Amino acid sequence: MEEQLKIDFEKLLEKSNFSKKNIEIKRKNFNNFIEKGFPNKREENWKFSDLNQIISKNIKNLSFYNDLSKPNKIDQSTFIAGLEHNKLIFVNGRIEKIEFDYEEKNNIEILDDLVLEKPNNANNSLLFLNNAFVSKFFKLIVKKNYSLKKPLVIYNITNKDLVSKSVNLKFDILLEENSSLKLIEFSNDKSTTNFININYNFDVQKNSILKNYKIDNNSNSNIKYYFNNISQDTNSVSEIFLLSSGSEFIKNEINCNLNGKYASAFVNGVFLLNGSKHHEIKTNINHLVENTKSYQLIKSVLEDESKAVYQGKIFVDSKAQKTDGYQLSKAILLNENTEFNAKPELEIYADDVKCSHGSSSGSLNEDSIFYLMSRGLNYKEAKKLLINGFLLDVVEKITDSEIKNLIKNIMSLKQ
Amino acid sequence: MREKQIDKLKDYKYGFTTDIENIRAPKGLNKEVIEFISKAKKEPKWMLDWRMKAFERLKNLKEPNWQKPKYPKIDYQDIYYYSAPKSTSEKPKNIDELDPKLLETYKKLGIPLQEQQRLNGIAVDAVFDSVSVATTFKDKLNEVGVIFCSISEAIQKHPELVKKYIGSVIPLTDHYFATLNSAVFTDGSFVYIPPGVRCPMELSTYFRINASQTGQFERTLIIADKGSYVSYLEGCTAPMRDENQLHAANVELVALDDAEIKYSTVQNWYPGDEDGKGGIYNFVTKRGLCKGINSKISWTQVETGSAITWKYPSCILQGDNSIGEFYSIAITNNHQKADTGTKMIHLGKNTKSKIISKGISAGFSDMTYRGLVDISSKAKNSTNYTQCDSLLMGNKCGAHTVPYIKNKNPESNIAHEATTSKISEEQLHYCQQRGLNPEEAVGLIVNGFCKEVLQQLPMEFAVEAQKLVGISLEGSVG
Repeated sequence: MEEQLKIDFEKLLEKSNFSKKNIEIKRKNFNNFIEKGFPNKREENWKFSDLNQIISKNIKNLSFYNDLSKPNKIDQSTFIAGLEHNKLIFVNGRIEKIEFDYEEKNNIEILDDLVLEKPNNANNSLLFLNNAFVSKFFKLIVKKNYSLKKPLVIYNITNKDLVSKSVNLKFDILLEENSSLKLIEFSNDKSTTNFININYNFDVQKNSILKNYKIDNNSNSNIKYYFNNISQDTNSVSEIFLLSSGSEFIKNEINCNLNGKYASAFVNGVFLLNGSKHHEIKTNINHLVENTKSYQLIKSVLEDESKAVYQGKIFVDSKAQKTDGYQLSKAILLNENTEFNAKPELEIYADDVKCSHGSSSGSLNEDSIFYLMSRGLNYKEAKKLLINGFLLDVVEKITDSEIKNLIKNIMSLKQ
Repeated sequence: MREKQIDKLKDYKYGFTTDIENIRAPKGLNKEVIEFISKAKKEPKWMLDWRMKAFERLKNLKEPNWQKPKYPKIDYQDIYYYSAPKSTSEKPKNIDELDPKLLETYKKLGIPLQEQQRLNGIAVDAVFDSVSVATTFKDKLNEVGVIFCSISEAIQKHPELVKKYIGSVIPLTDHYFATLNSAVFTDGSFVYIPPGVRCPMELSTYFRINASQTGQFERTLIIADKGSYVSYLEGCTAPMRDENQLHAANVELVALDDAEIKYSTVQNWYPGDEDGKGGIYNFVTKRGLCKGINSKISWTQVETGSAITWKYPSCILQGDNSIGEFYSIAITNNHQKADTGTKMIHLGKNTKSKIISKGISAGFSDMTYRGLVDISSKAKNSTNYTQCDSLLMGNKCGAHTVPYIKNKNPESNIAHEATTSKISEEQLHYCQQRGLNPEEAVGLIVNGFCKEVLQQLPMEFAVEAQKLVGISLEGSVG
């Protein structure tokens, strides 16, 4: 693979016109990645999901150069219906359309010619890979006191033309003071066996609100890694919801730094898996100052031979008195070969805090099924009703009612 | 007056040394030393071969380094691996022949071997540095067929039992410290409970490190045959010294069909002084195997001593319907560090496990609960319940929870809960209003916090443990 990496990297530099500064940074990142390689289970962070093994098992002849010179056709049918929204459309990793029809143009800025920075997490080789191979690095700025009127949807569409490629995307999103953004990240994949590596960096400033919904719902054989870095200032709120269901493998890593007083972070997620799918969420919530709050709720329903992993960590600095931190992960295992692993971790250095976590996993409660069946439902219906109720608990946490309904529709959860 | 009392208690009351003549193996870790130990113990050849095998393997092993408390590198060549009181080189026939100095030491520790024999009805095996110096109540135990002796004696008198079970739970191929112990272990207790026997009294071992620059590497092996029951207690202390001493013991428990083993520890090794100088590195491997159906192993530990505690008493639930339990109180103060917890490996059907862990950290200390619950795909209908609570006193200390939860079986249920909090002002206020001073109030609240675990201890130990909890936290309020 190393040979292929080198060829593809040189090809990328040759075909694109990066600035001198960027080339230098890319080379450094490239060398770092070559040194470390794809993470494997010897790394604590990847203990339950050996990415190196998953990639070599699922992807044959992975190549890293992605020709972005020709435009791709946009399949209109993939758009979200019944919701007015702004669009950022990527097809096979190439930006095809930027559309902010509903917004005041002077309050939004999009930059795409930026100087790369060193990844702040030196142990994460996938960030090096991303930095080395990303072709355009986008930055969205929401100006002071501006709230986007409609949600922004980032479409990540892949079509049949994309096979065994590594796709790298990088976004920076800055919410200036008193601003707000609803961001839906919508994946639609018709491609096969690619490695998609997306890096988000959110800077949520004073009194700003970020709502981020990640939807990955249609079955495909891609391997995905998302790294989300969020830093929050005083009185800011971030809300993340994941619907993790479609791809063969997904690892969502969320690193959230609560840097300002009264900042709060909410991470909710649903894992709905079947077949041989294997999904993981890893969260790192760092409470760094007083009076911050975090809440995590992850629920999984596992069928066939699927596997879900929850690794959550709450870190409380010795300065962060009055922290309120909560983690809950629950899983229902429906088949004999399913597997659920959890590592809910607390690292606490302050005494006046309220931190707790809970985790449970098991089968559906037979008594509840019996109760429903005694009221005339058949076994299948009873099971479905219970599972829907189990998942609805998380979906109801979504604070935007329009998007909540959209997600309910996608998950076909009826009221 | 009260101040004075507190001052006195604050000191580590087991910090004295006993001036006693020692026989030591040469310093360092090599083939000759292992041969020396084996020879001193008059061991048969198979035992020496076994040690050598461990030593060979040790050469290829590295110390694990994933633990939270880091420590300076240990120079394994700078430790005495064998130290024995000279007076016992010819083992005394009964307690009256023991060196009076030794008896005095144990009296100071609160374990008067002679009195105990008459009054308490607890059989004691006392281990001083590297060797077992006395075992009480032998006759009474012999009547029912219980074997309770030092492991060296067992190797000579009951080789078939030792050969069959030693290394069956902690194999030679285990991690670094366990393998080190297999190579150089010096003494420890051996217990065998024959089928259908309920051991008529509590068995107890008392460990004492006396000599300086000595590591203690004891090995305990407890076998409960079909339908038997035993309750075993372990206590440990060491003198105050500026250096760090290594304690790397192995404890293996085997429970056959319908057998039950209850293993309780009150660990009070010297924790180092207020600035974190000196103290014991307590790197112990404890593992129990529920081999037979309906077997049960229960670990209870009160960890108040040691500069660094790093241990995970575990249960392998192999037999169907077997039960594993773990109750723990870990208290760290000053610069103490602890990384402790348990592993529950569910292999058999209908297996159950329960984990109750209470961590209290004060001063500049750091405490981690690390646990594993692993339910394999064959362990149908298994359940686990875990609760780990931490209490922090002050913002210079840390309390961490790192549970690993693996479930591969849809018919099994795992529930895990953890909380971290401090003693609330309301609780303190309430107690003080009723006439308790702050120290007493904290002691009372902490004892309440630990109650679930303290209840699991046998009577005599529970009283001692309760006192220990209070003493360990002296000076941490305010």
